[in-house]
Amino acid sequence: MRKLMMAAALVLPMFGTAAMAQDTLKIGYIDPLSGGGASVGEVGLKTFQFLADEVNAKGGIQGKKVEIVPLDNKTNPQESLIQAQKAIDAGIRYLTQGNGSSVAGALSDFVAKYNERNPGKEVLYFNYAAVDPVLTNAKCNFWHFRWDANSDIKMEALTNYMKTAPAIKNVYLLNQDYSFGESVRSAAKAMLAAKRPDIKIVGDELHPLLKITDFAPYIAKIKASGADTVVTGNWGQDFALLLKAAADTGLKVNWYTYYAGGTGGPTAVKQANLNHQVFAVGEGIPNLDHPSSQEFEKAFRAKYDVSVFYPRAVNQMRMLATAADKAKSIDPVKVAFALEGMEFEVFDGGNGNMRKDDHQFFQPMYIASLGDRTEKEPFDEEKTGWGWKLVAKIDTPQTILPTTCKMDRPN
Amino acid sequence: MLELIVISSLNGVLFGMLLFLMASGLTVIFSMLGVLNFAHASFYMLGAFFGFQTSRWLGFWPALLIAPLLAGAIGAGVERYGLRRVHKNGHVAELLFTFGLAFVIEEVVQIIWGKSPVDFRVPSLLDFPAFTIFSTNYPAYKMFMLLVSVVIFLGLLIVLKKTRIGLIVQAALTHPHMVGHLGHNVGRIFMLVFGVGTALAAVAGVIAGPALVTQSNMAGLLGPILFVVVVVGGLGSLSGAFVGSLLIGLVQTFAVSMNGSLSGAFGPLGPAYASTWLSDIWGVTIAQIAPIMPYVLLVLILIFRPMGLLGTRDT
Amino acid sequence: MSEITASAAPPLPGTAEKLKFYGLWAAAAIALLLLPRIFSSGGSLTTFSLIGISIIFSLSYNILLGQTGMLSFGHAVYYGLGGFLVIHAINIIGANKLPIPLPLVPMIGGLTGLLFAVLLGWVSTQRSGTAFAMISLGVAELIASSALILRTFFGGEAGISANRTKLLRVFDWNFGPQIQIYYLVAAWTLIAVIAMYALTRTPLGRMCNAVRDNPERVQFVGYNPHVVRYLAFCFSGFFAGIAGALAAINFEIANSAYLGALQSGTVLESTYIGGIGFFIGPIVGAIFVTFLSLGLSDLTPVWQLYFGLIFIAVVVFAPGGVTGLAMMHRPLLKAGTLMRVLPSYLIALLPTLAMIAGFILSLETIVHYSVNPGDDPHVKAFGVSFDAASPLIWATAAILLIGGYLIARKTWTWVGYAWDEATSVAREKGIAA
Repeated sequence: MRKLMMAAALVLPMFGTAAMAQDTLKIGYIDPLSGGGASVGEVGLKTFQFLADEVNAKGGIQGKKVEIVPLDNKTNPQESLIQAQKAIDAGIRYLTQGNGSSVAGALSDFVAKYNERNPGKEVLYFNYAAVDPVLTNAKCNFWHFRWDANSDIKMEALTNYMKTAPAIKNVYLLNQDYSFGESVRSAAKAMLAAKRPDIKIVGDELHPLLKITDFAPYIAKIKASGADTVVTGNWGQDFALLLKAAADTGLKVNWYTYYAGGTGGPTAVKQANLNHQVFAVGEGIPNLDHPSSQEFEKAFRAKYDVSVFYPRAVNQMRMLATAADKAKSIDPVKVAFALEGMEFEVFDGGNGNMRKDDHQFFQPMYIASLGDRTEKEPFDEEKTGWGWKLVAKIDTPQTILPTTCKMDRPN
Repeated sequence: MLELIVISSLNGVLFGMLLFLMASGLTVIFSMLGVLNFAHASFYMLGAFFGFQTSRWLGFWPALLIAPLLAGAIGAGVERYGLRRVHKNGHVAELLFTFGLAFVIEEVVQIIWGKSPVDFRVPSLLDFPAFTIFSTNYPAYKMFMLLVSVVIFLGLLIVLKKTRIGLIVQAALTHPHMVGHLGHNVGRIFMLVFGVGTALAAVAGVIAGPALVTQSNMAGLLGPILFVVVVVGGLGSLSGAFVGSLLIGLVQTFAVSMNGSLSGAFGPLGPAYASTWLSDIWGVTIAQIAPIMPYVLLVLILIFRPMGLLGTRDT
Repeated sequence: MSEITASAAPPLPGTAEKLKFYGLWAAAAIALLLLPRIFSSGGSLTTFSLIGISIIFSLSYNILLGQTGMLSFGHAVYYGLGGFLVIHAINIIGANKLPIPLPLVPMIGGLTGLLFAVLLGWVSTQRSGTAFAMISLGVAELIASSALILRTFFGGEAGISANRTKLLRVFDWNFGPQIQIYYLVAAWTLIAVIAMYALTRTPLGRMCNAVRDNPERVQFVGYNPHVVRYLAFCFSGFFAGIAGALAAINFEIANSAYLGALQSGTVLESTYIGGIGFFIGPIVGAIFVTFLSLGLSDLTPVWQLYFGLIFIAVVVFAPGGVTGLAMMHRPLLKAGTLMRVLPSYLIALLPTLAMIAGFILSLETIVHYSVNPGDDPHVKAFGVSFDAASPLIWATAAILLIGGYLIARKTWTWVGYAWDEATSVAREKGIAA
């Protein structure tokens, strides 16, 4: 039905007819559905569709059924803007996206300009995975809400954990040479210096993004530096190849990562045979002792055969429903005012809140390691047999960071 | 430091040999058919994926034989039914045909195997460290890769220099029209050459697959480097392709491990404007520009020595 | 002597021809003005703006490919650099409140494209053919990769953004709404198309064609092919810069994708599919490919495969492009024998459509099974729904594909016969065929 609707939506608006029927609340999902990023984009789409079904089973939002409209942006900022325009023409007033901070920046900018130039037709942008801190600092705006802890917050949680791990003495920073990798390393250096000045940063490396086929020279450098811990934001093939090279050369360190749980990550860890040596920081893992989220995980895996990669998407959808109920309307401006400042019981248990100043959501963070499972870890990842084991929980107050955001609010 | 140099040299030579497996096929195809096969890296990718699938069903060693044969057969088919038909429309059309083909092959691979990396494992027989240099283990599988590349190179050399078909191919490398005049079935030779060339690329794919990530973007990552190798070495020269491959392999591997930068070298002399617009150039390390070094080399060669290092033919 | 020169030069156009010629341009201008009245939604205005940008870009590319015979894989460099400089210019103009209105800004992009073409063109155009293609690829990769290193100018992966409404207002337009951007793009498209057409009519344009066809002969005649290629390259870079500038104004952002291989590939495909042998070829190609890339991705998840297959089909079966195919029929039209061929086309159309339908059906079924095997087998493709798990569908697909192919082969030979008849009649009438 979706594709037919989209095809019709492409043709009909060309004649400037009015937007589609008002008994659905459409959310435009703008992410890669073809090309290189599609494996990640498809998982996100399935997550949102599952969540929409969950909400609709309870009667929808304010009586309206939720519909997720997939819009393929081919991981390209310009294409994303075209899709956003198409979505707005089709009457969609909620957009969500996550893959790629460059896309997120362009979308956030576009939404802000569109809303300024088209009062009364405002659109909201929900960011579920783009972690560039600048989106809730220098480039923040009222219409953008972020549910993923940004990379600085994740580093705050991670370094708060590292404060309590005296075994960590020599840290090597290895990151991808672009804005995300840059923010990971600068946050790591600043926060470690403040919290554990005794830790020595024995290496600080930036490598070209997605271009290295053999990480052996980097592994050699890590070995030469005498590091016992590597902190890296690498994802995708940069992560897989890094671990492969480490396994080949027999490097024995602990890896603190952001995206070891991403698509292909657990497979790479298992292939490299690094049992409980790879850690990841995130807002939730399947193996937490929390019955309702485990039920959700079971149902999701039964239907789609993938893990719930995005607990934050669950929070996003449920908070949208709650905000609409609070505002008694699905008008984006009213929902936005209801959302900001909202306190919420998050998916994996615990309190989170959507900070009013910058529209950044704060939630409990978890450090987990991937490896052999016990009865306490019922779920494995990517059919490797290994699963996430909880190492530490960082409560919400320990994840809070200040912001430089000064947003213009509508009246 | 010494450890870094030794390891980097080993890795550089290995990468270079891999590139040569592909570049050799590309050079021979270009010399004989006059068309630069844009889809050559796609056959490399096909080799990796066929190898992966076959190793799933039959094991790695049969895969080493079957995957290149399969890819080579597809290559021969492409030549017979595609390239030959486009030949009459000129060189531009041939180049564009291979360009479109590269695109389509990537798409088909994505449809069949998905967009995520596939779990192509090193065969357990080779999954051990071969030797230890200065406390770093060097995997046996990489030595195996080196061995296979060298064996194939020697085999290619023998075939070209000592067999009859090799003689014809050598002749066609420099005088394709004359070979046709002499009565050889040029069409069949072309098909054979294209098939063997793509099979060579596929072999590179099968052995590189477990070491590198086997994913549908493999071709796009290695493709441009391949062209640099062939042009730098000299279009039409096999030994040039060899020299070019080793050069690029070593340059890339070494550049990645070096931390030098302009600011590092000339820091104290830093001019005032170095901290503004030019700060990017000032502060960038060699490791960061490693991926573009082959292209710098390409542009320099094309300016100063357009026929390549050892090239004999003008295009 | 004078008699020879008098009869060798083509006759000056008569009034009727002049009227037809200028009338065509006037009609185009009026069509551009009226278009937004018929299709007025934001999405269609964006589409038209993108088509206009693509037309300028493709035409600039054809100066290289179709007119001078230079196949470039890196033309997006000049497009992208034009875009980047314009974004910076808009930011600077807005910050310093300089009296430069937005309609003049694309010229900055054009001049940027020209500048870089002047800098890089001399060494690029030393050779033509495969070597030129390779050097264009190398230069493009070099600059695209440098874009991620030179962060201050290129803004890294996020790129640089600007606000186009902060510039001097023209007739109280601040160029915020898409309709105003459409008119800006339409005006520039018309100007660029006229300029590029005029270029083809100049002696330089003719010498470009000569260099394409026979560079050695050009040297005998006394011209340096290198210089001619260089000049063509510069003009091409200029117009590509204008296109890039308009894209930057439209999206209010410029990032490294503007310079990338994908963008170069797209313009190559647009130009080639449209037809490199005719001036309007790239225009047709730009419209076709823009619609395809915008609309196809909504209809099927493997749109890129269809795109690649269409491109290969054009390369193999219709190297003259869509326009080439259409122009093939011009002599028949003039001779009045087109009617003879049409019935055989219609007869051949049916099995061909059946074959294509069978192919699409098989492809979508295979895609469904390999990509989402666990999903609901009721698939939608191209707006038509079917059950991918039913053997009936498989049988239908096989019959349509194989049967369609066999019948199509027969009917296309009939088309060939009809063509032969029609062309021989045309030849008898004296209209060359």
